Amino acid sequence: MYVAVKGGERAIDNAHAWLAEERRGDTSIAEMSLAQIREQLKLAVNRVMAEGSLNDPDLAALAIKQSRGDLIEAIFLIRAYRTTLPRFGNSRPVETAEMACDRRISATFKDVPGGQVLGPTFDYTHRLLDFKLAAEGEVAEAPKAEPRREPTPHVTSFLRGEDIIQSEEASEATPKDITREPMSFPADRATRLQTLTRGDEGFVLGMAYSTQRGYARNHAFVGELRIGTVAVEMDIPELGFAIEIGEVELTECETVNQFKGSKTEPPQFTRGYGLVFGQSERKAISMALVDRALRWKELGEDNLGAAAQDEEFVLSHCDNIQATGFLEHIKLPHYVDFQSELELVRKLRREAEAARAAAAQAREAAE
Amino acid sequence: MHPLLKVNNIKKMYGHRIGCTDVSFDLYPGEVMGIVGESGSGKSTLLNCLAGHLETDGGEVIFDTLDRGPVDTLKMSEPERRMLGRTDWAFVHQHARDGLRMSVSAGGNIGERLMAVGDRHYGNIRDRAIDWLDRVEIDESRVDDRPTAFSGGMQQRLQIARNLVTGPRLVFMDEPTGGLDVSVQARLLDLLRGLVREMGLSAIIVTHDLAVVRLLADRLMVMKSGHVVETGLTDQVLDDPQHAYTQLLVSSVLQV
Amino acid sequence: MSDYNFAYLDEQTKRMIRRAILKGLAIPGYQVPFASREMPMPYGWGTGGVQVSAATLTPEDTLKVIDQGADDTTNAVSIRKFFERTAGVATTEETEKASIIQTRHRIPEADLREDQILVYQVPIPEPLRFLEPRETETRKMHALEEYGLMHVKLYEDISQHGAIATSYAYPVKVEGRYVMDPSPIPKFDNPKMEMAAIQLFGAGREQRIYAVPPYTKVVSLDFEDYPFEATKAEHPCDLCAAEDSYLDEVILDDQGGRMFVCSDTDYCRTRREAGHVGRLGTETPLQTGPEAA
Repeated sequence: MYVAVKGGERAIDNAHAWLAEERRGDTSIAEMSLAQIREQLKLAVNRVMAEGSLNDPDLAALAIKQSRGDLIEAIFLIRAYRTTLPRFGNSRPVETAEMACDRRISATFKDVPGGQVLGPTFDYTHRLLDFKLAAEGEVAEAPKAEPRREPTPHVTSFLRGEDIIQSEEASEATPKDITREPMSFPADRATRLQTLTRGDEGFVLGMAYSTQRGYARNHAFVGELRIGTVAVEMDIPELGFAIEIGEVELTECETVNQFKGSKTEPPQFTRGYGLVFGQSERKAISMALVDRALRWKELGEDNLGAAAQDEEFVLSHCDNIQATGFLEHIKLPHYVDFQSELELVRKLRREAEAARAAAAQAREAAE
Repeated sequence: MHPLLKVNNIKKMYGHRIGCTDVSFDLYPGEVMGIVGESGSGKSTLLNCLAGHLETDGGEVIFDTLDRGPVDTLKMSEPERRMLGRTDWAFVHQHARDGLRMSVSAGGNIGERLMAVGDRHYGNIRDRAIDWLDRVEIDESRVDDRPTAFSGGMQQRLQIARNLVTGPRLVFMDEPTGGLDVSVQARLLDLLRGLVREMGLSAIIVTHDLAVVRLLADRLMVMKSGHVVETGLTDQVLDDPQHAYTQLLVSSVLQV
Repeated sequence: MSDYNFAYLDEQTKRMIRRAILKGLAIPGYQVPFASREMPMPYGWGTGGVQVSAATLTPEDTLKVIDQGADDTTNAVSIRKFFERTAGVATTEETEKASIIQTRHRIPEADLREDQILVYQVPIPEPLRFLEPRETETRKMHALEEYGLMHVKLYEDISQHGAIATSYAYPVKVEGRYVMDPSPIPKFDNPKMEMAAIQLFGAGREQRIYAVPPYTKVVSLDFEDYPFEATKAEHPCDLCAAEDSYLDEVILDDQGGRMFVCSDTDYCRTRREAGHVGRLGTETPLQTGPEAA
């Protein structure tokens, strides 16, 4: 007699064992250490931390190793781990104006107080495969300069002095935490920025690109892009004051956008904002463009029907963990539903066939 | 007799520009009010304010509801206003696309309002849809076709059927013949005149076409730059215009 | 896994989920937003159901997990294992013995009792979603009870196909108020939703929980002249001869040979153990079948 074959516990265990073997690859090749990943694949580590919403390079490196270099899978591991962490409290807002910058550029001014600092960037490298890297070898030491001691002011603060750029009002309100409260629409800007900062880099990039190509174009200039470390401070109730608990590397981008003015506002420049963990400048710039596009309502602009202006569309679809999970779930068994569809289609076909036959009979009878 | 609709001092601003202002009038049951003026005169703005599609900057729109008597619809809650929009009120858009579900069959389009108010018998819904197709001169064989397969004139007639199927007490029409060929316009006007008489409809029709109001409207309001410049019985206004702008408007049309 | 809290989630999170569940029970069929957490299985694979189960489980509970009606499908195995490891609760394949049953796509054939909870995994909780993509709009439609559009869809089905062409995830109206997606169960299961057990629905990715309390009225949407029909393959089970159970169709060979077997594996086994024999069955009760390699 026949018994339907179904997957089982042993099948899953075997699949996982095979996966572990594949992950390791050829055992005659030395195994990668987490330190190697952390140091030499730093931008991958940065992306996993940013979209995983957890600032821990060692865990991110572990996730990359475990996921065989599949970064979305690595982000997923970090997110699931994050769920289990207890929450002790919140830090104070970080002061990016006091960032120790490794890189800081402005596209809107030739020179700015604090200077243009290129930093370790791919920009202006020729994208030629460097075959020397295929052979192992030491890297020549880079020239060093004295670090700036004083804080580097934001470029937009100079425009602010002239009142020619829209002001962002400071608020003491505690922003909503998207990992603790469900998303609801319309979403405020803090919610939008949180969602974008951990949104999928490719998705946010695509949305930003669409604004540049005319779907809600917002004429963005990179007012400033800065990458560096900032101190994280936390209020300790027992002490009655804040102490520094560590530092994080951030990429911050502020765009300066044209604005023709509205009913209540004179013509002035407006801003988009991006802030991402680690060195992630493609993401930070993209985020700023999308943030700016989503602000059409508060700035009294027209809704042009562009995807990047559509808050529900952007925020509901930018999370790659949600997207990949739902996309891939269609490979789970659906045979119960399919069976139901099968019955329905058969029934409808039978009825259509019967109706056709009856019609033919009636025609014959009439003739 | 109580007015069905009482409009008091409606005002709508676009920044510093006037959309419409100081508009007041009463509409009695069975009466058709025409609002004419050139484009930009504020007539469509006014209509959208009255129908609750645009927020006003002042005024009242008091509708004589069946259950509660006269109520200011501008102060109604959204659920109440939406309910009114699918029962006692109907809105015929200039572009049929705005008033139809283009991916739903003609029958489904007409049936939607019936189902929205609780009709749950497929056969009845379909019969009424077919009856209405007939009344707007669309062949019943088209009941399962989508409006995308219809000509512009048919789409407009379908939109009218979809709106009138529940017997609304007040119909707003925004340039119902706009964008149609002249011959198609004539047929639609004829149809509308028949329906208005037969059903005793109360309606507010916005148009720039004086032929439309001459055929359909009992009374007329002439608008210019957001203001009402002249009102009166349709024949009176068209045959003996008092305001210079109305005279210009009337004289610019070939006398038939 | 001893580092994790009982049933993976921390107590604060479980309390938050329980509040959402209680709200859902108080407003049957209403979708309660909740701050869904990232779980160690992908979204769309039962994260909502898992979170609801995690918040509902106590150490004394006995858990059963089914997918497509079967206990031995891969995702059911995976979720059952997850709770064995993180909660250490007893598990069972017997519907009768379970206090909590997490399911994907089916309702067990056996009647559930008042002391049981059925937890559904839900991919898209919004029954109006494919008529109106915008959440702000669909929430308004629910709030105002504007369900005409739903019937337009059913009308279109009949006008095109002569029948309502929805065979699973068939929308229902709960206690005369909210239109609800019963999750992608076959419409055969819809009438069972008026039951003694508590029914909880979790949609993790969409951050929604909803519920149907015991003995609540659940009506499948239809027309007076085209009434709802719960359908299944017109066969008895080839293993246990059941006439009343939902059947899977299994293709046996490339000659068109096929058999029909109960989708609810526990129901089928119970019947065979009680001596029922179908067309292709044998007298002696069998194991649940060889596992795939």
